[in-house]
Amino acid sequence: MCWNFTMWGVMRMRFEDFINEEKRGRKLPDVILEREMRETGVPIELLRREMVKLLNVMLEESTKQYGKRQRTLSEMAGENGYLMANHRAKMLSEFSHTATTVALSLAESNAAMGRVVACPTGGACGIVPAVLYALKVHMNASMDELLNAFIVAGGLGWVIEKNATISGAEGGCQAEIGTAAAMASALLVYYFTHQGERCAHGAAIALKSMLGLVCDPVGGFVEVPCVKRNGIAVNIAISSAEMALAGIESVIPFDEVVEAMYRVGRSLPESLRETGMGGIATTPTARKIVMEMKKHKKFKW
Amino acid sequence: MSLLDVVGPVMVGPSSSHTLGVLRIARFVHKFMKGVPEKVKFVLHGSLADTGFGHGTDKALLAGIMGMRADDERIRDSIEIAKNVGLRYSFEIEDLGEVHPNTVLIIAWKNGKKVEVQGSSIGGGKIEINRINDCECQVNWEYHTLILVIKDLPGAIGNILENVSVNISNLYLKRIDAIERIAVAIVETDEEVKEECLEAIEKNSYVLEFYHVGRDEDAL
Ligand code: SF4
Repeated sequence: MCWNFTMWGVMRMRFEDFINEEKRGRKLPDVILEREMRETGVPIELLRREMVKLLNVMLEESTKQYGKRQRTLSEMAGENGYLMANHRAKMLSEFSHTATTVALSLAESNAAMGRVVACPTGGACGIVPAVLYALKVHMNASMDELLNAFIVAGGLGWVIEKNATISGAEGGCQAEIGTAAAMASALLVYYFTHQGERCAHGAAIALKSMLGLVCDPVGGFVEVPCVKRNGIAVNIAISSAEMALAGIESVIPFDEVVEAMYRVGRSLPESLRETGMGGIATTPTARKIVMEMKKHKKFKW
Repeated sequence: MSLLDVVGPVMVGPSSSHTLGVLRIARFVHKFMKGVPEKVKFVLHGSLADTGFGHGTDKALLAGIMGMRADDERIRDSIEIAKNVGLRYSFEIEDLGEVHPNTVLIIAWKNGKKVEVQGSSIGGGKIEINRINDCECQVNWEYHTLILVIKDLPGAIGNILENVSVNISNLYLKRIDAIERIAVAIVETDEEVKEECLEAIEKNSYVLEFYHVGRDEDAL
């Protein structure tokens, strides 16, 4: 084991370090879990069990909420998963159609106070389960394979959290939905290749396409534009993973893209970081919707 | 954050700071009071007051005070459930001063006793309880937590803590009545305190009141 230390003695964490360990002949999921054990002291077997629990909740909820109509808190969303499920896709593959439907359905369930896994956050909760569920349904993936790919996705998200942020209030939507897309891309690439390096390319391509995305929820509700962004981001994850499988590489290494994402996030004004005071949230229609809501006193204490 | 914090936790939507965090604060009060209070008042500050309305914060607070866990699917119906069980509740908006933007003050009544707990939802579902009655503290409820009202006499705290055989991670002590000589102590331990130790603490002659809050089952 060889970890790099920064000058403060805090262990730095780069995805590249994980990949280097893998190149020494170790399995990427083991490398990631071992790192978590070193940091938290929680035994690897227990970690694995916790990950299985989360994975099971994701798959259960995907099945349960698939294409279901939801009554969300603000009622600005709630039909998207239903509409997508009942539509015969003209352009998307069956895999992508299923994943899109799950992503929309879970994001709407979240907005309706349903049970979700905050992976990495509630707002972006549809994306990672969407690819897991699609792999299970269309590729007949075993639980073991899904678990390993999920751990790799987790490790990649963890690197983002350590070197940048996964909070929309801090770094904009690129930090939330962007991170989820990068994780989902890595998950898919790992499932098909078991090669960390290729995962990093897929994730880098996904994150680069989401760079600069602002956080601008209408009325502060995690619904517009959040729900549809889940549905779109999962397709960015799928297409960037497909590119990585084709051998396409990201010119800029993943760890550098993460740093770039952080710099972009820090230069976003506060109005574009979850305050509901910029972007989509301040369009005339958005203002009208919020005014109507307040008028009807639907949300009075 | 740990890996498990990034890929989880399981919760009910829509956001970890507006639902999960506040639910945990309210459930802390539930544990502290050993059950559902008869009456409760939630005072919301800052961003909880601004955007909290309609964002499920009200439901999460009620669910927590009734003892529901973070992934309980009844949370969305907690207003009806509170009415059914006859819990009297109210929400108020107030500026609580220099505190975290997501802060709530919970005032609860049970069996003629009144409890005040102030806590902040600091992001990602993490919390900080910053005041319990008059005792200021920084409890994140990730440790096993004991709250004691004790006689403020020389040697009292040492005598009581002799009963705690596990490692103490944090200790808060505050005199609340200098004339009656009463103090509050909050003890956080790494491991669970054994049943016989708890009994010994309860019987200790320096201890006036004893609350075993434990550790949050939803904390990783
Ligand atoms: S717009 Fe903001 S609240 Fe909505 S998903 Fe993106 S980061 Fe989360």
